[in-house]
Amino acid sequence: MRLTLNIWRQPDAASPGGMHTYELDGVSPEMSFLEMLDTLNEELTRRGEEPVAFDHDCREGICGACGMVINGQAHGPERTTACQLHMRHFSDGETIDVEPWRAAAFPVVKDLVVDRGAFDRVVGAGGYITVPTGSAPDAHATPVPKPAAETAFEHAECIGCGACVAACPNGSAMLFTSAKVNHLAALPQGAPERESRVLRMVEQMDEEGFGGCTLTGECATACPKGIPLFSISSMNREYLRAVRKGGEATD
Amino acid sequence: MHRHLDYLGYRTGEPLRDTKAPSGPVAGRWDARRFDAALVNPANRRKYTVIVVGTGLAGGSAGATLAEQGYRVVQFCYQDSPRRAHSVAAQGGINAAKNYRNDGDSVHRLFYDTVKGGDFRARESNVHRLAQISVEIIDQCVAQGVPFAREYGGLLDTRSFGGVQVSRTFYARGQTGQQLLLGAYQALSRQIAAGNVEMHPRTEMLDLIVVGGRARGIVARDLVTGRVGTYFADAVVLATGGYGNVFHLSTNAKNSNATAVWRAHRRGAHFANPCFTQIHPTCIPRSGDHQSKLTLMSESLRNDGRIWVPAAHGDERPPERIPHEERDYYLERTYPAFGNLVPRDIASRAAKKVCDEGRGVGPGGQGVYLDFADALERLGRAAVEERYGNLFEMYERITAEDPYTTPMRIYPAIHYTMGGLWVDYDLQTTVPGLFAIGEANFSDHGANRLGASALMQGLADGYFVLPATLGDFLARHPHDEVPDGHPAVAEAVASVTSRLEHLLGVGGDRTPESFHRELGELLWDECGMARSDTGLRKALERIPSLREEFWRRVTVPGTGEGLNQSLEKANRVSDYLELAELMCLDALHRTESCGGHFREESRTPDGEALRDDEEFAYTAAWEHTGTGTPPVLHKEDLVFEYVHPTQRSYA
Repeated sequence: MRLTLNIWRQPDAASPGGMHTYELDGVSPEMSFLEMLDTLNEELTRRGEEPVAFDHDCREGICGACGMVINGQAHGPERTTACQLHMRHFSDGETIDVEPWRAAAFPVVKDLVVDRGAFDRVVGAGGYITVPTGSAPDAHATPVPKPAAETAFEHAECIGCGACVAACPNGSAMLFTSAKVNHLAALPQGAPERESRVLRMVEQMDEEGFGGCTLTGECATACPKGIPLFSISSMNREYLRAVRKGGEATD
Repeated sequence: MHRHLDYLGYRTGEPLRDTKAPSGPVAGRWDARRFDAALVNPANRRKYTVIVVGTGLAGGSAGATLAEQGYRVVQFCYQDSPRRAHSVAAQGGINAAKNYRNDGDSVHRLFYDTVKGGDFRARESNVHRLAQISVEIIDQCVAQGVPFAREYGGLLDTRSFGGVQVSRTFYARGQTGQQLLLGAYQALSRQIAAGNVEMHPRTEMLDLIVVGGRARGIVARDLVTGRVGTYFADAVVLATGGYGNVFHLSTNAKNSNATAVWRAHRRGAHFANPCFTQIHPTCIPRSGDHQSKLTLMSESLRNDGRIWVPAAHGDERPPERIPHEERDYYLERTYPAFGNLVPRDIASRAAKKVCDEGRGVGPGGQGVYLDFADALERLGRAAVEERYGNLFEMYERITAEDPYTTPMRIYPAIHYTMGGLWVDYDLQTTVPGLFAIGEANFSDHGANRLGASALMQGLADGYFVLPATLGDFLARHPHDEVPDGHPAVAEAVASVTSRLEHLLGVGGDRTPESFHRELGELLWDECGMARSDTGLRKALERIPSLREEFWRRVTVPGTGEGLNQSLEKANRVSDYLELAELMCLDALHRTESCGGHFREESRTPDGEALRDDEEFAYTAAWEHTGTGTPPVLHKEDLVFEYVHPTQRSYA
């Protein structure tokens, strides 16, 4: 396959960026999207040009490092991560636009690389169960009903890639935050911190400059792990519940 | 004589001893060590700084636990977030001797299985401790909210993994590593937010600072600004994972690398059993030259999938057209007791054997079938989907074939490295104050790791072992400052910066990737699933010239003053070009076969790995003497008091 690639190039956070066009030949349908970019980068390197910077690591769709907007869609046309998107979903002669995540809370670092540190700070605000090492009771001390364990798992699948934020017209992180809130709220182990967790995480989320949620649902459509849209309304309920109980975001 | 042939002229130095493991009954050794270990008063802990490099299961759990205990932790990862460390990709599960199934499991059986599975090349003391701690890990993770699979009664479900006959593997669908890592990451995040851990993401360790014979810090590069900085501490912990990416194609993450352990090795930490590498039997075969990595299909699939190839050579019919009696379920035939669940080294070699015989399937005959037709008929599609749904989906995405209707095609690939930095029972390397945990050390798996044991070891080291033993070291080494302008610090910084400048300045005509690929192919051919004297000598002749060519012809565009992924890659490849040589030398010197190390010259009449306990019942710890100059071999004798070495049999 032969492709025309329009790729966002930006030397660093402080410099302006722009779309650059590259012609790439010899793309095979078995390649992943990232292997296609590898092929381009090898060519650029051989010509002494700087290769396109992009985040990637496991290339199995689980680490959440990769992420780019492909033809206007976060992670491209298939419901998976860019590393698990294969070129068989494109056709010979096609033109493909490749851009970084666009969101106020995710500043561009270089080319397709953005800073998602805001996600880590949202988790640090309360996305955990306080259980210092060594203090745990026997694993079978508290049975967890299978449906609760499955609800927890469904939300715990989030890989923190940021596609939800990139897809949202408001740059909101509600789906990301709600996934963690619901994962831990579903389990008996998460109960003692249930109220403070949701209040603190939402507060941090707002502080990071993520936009508000208008339930357009783009996030859940883009999510490679299928975190459902109702996750957001569940979190809203958790939040109201916490407020009603007189909880405050701080200890 | 050529310089590179001198490399084979290594000499054997003083034997090495693990002086930290207590004697006495194996079951009491960990308690004895913990009681004997000096403690640091809680109020004094904040005076100590500990550097932790890496945030996977070992590093993440260690950083969180040390901070909980009151130490000041400074932690590093090259990824943009600690949540992305490659432990995240582990699929199948984590072992623990809970015996919730009442199927005959016990701490002693997990200990026994692990020593035997490692083909009698691991230390009994360490392995027993690992088995003891395994039960506490599950408790800890459940309390953190790790959503393990459960039965309808609300209790934890388990499954079986290779090399064992009990069901002791806890799992969270095919994403166990992800869920365990998120548990550790969340605990770590809590400590970061509390100000107890100073986290440096996108920062890569490039050298170790050794002052007065003790590890006192690291040199690390901020990958975004390019700034090369120094960080000081009372102790340094490496949790940087294995070196499987030396093979170029492996199941490791693309950026997993050996630089931290190799730089530490160059600064005096002995490297143990570098040739003990694990080849995982069930990976998706490669599809072409563009291939950037290999994808694992979890070993758990072998609980229900049946492995076969056509019985006849050159049978090119599609799998569904080959009748049952014309198929060879070669694992079930050769190893009836363990069947498809033989250990990884055995399953991998068996796959290679049938492919070498010309009975492999798929493009190039480099594959065997992993067939779920019987399981689908027996259990129904819903049950299979529940157990393996995400793995089937991943397989289909990559290959465009539906494993519910046509058997998977799989082939072995490099997956894990049992070798690593030599550590004593306290997980301390031969450099005082430098500790290595998780896959970065060599300690617990001998010559072959059993499935679902890597997660167990990473978390055992990080949550429970290191926090106890590190305290002993710190208590005996009261805090003092590294003197300003110490020449050792300046020398470490200069060596890092000059190396980066050198890489940027060569201006050659070959990409870092092209060298990595060439080295990886050479290693896979000569130091992969089967190794021979001739092949290893050939590799040992080629590697130094490839290294010389690298420093003459590599090209790295851009500058060092910002994010430069080519520079990161070139730097890692330059370390692989040294590590590969040591791996081949280790493989050449160990003329026996054991576990994942298969020397063609040393096999039983049935073609199985033939150990030589007379000659080789030792850990080979190599001391660095210089690039390309012969290292010094230090042997640590292995003593087996409880599990007596026998020819492993899974038949």
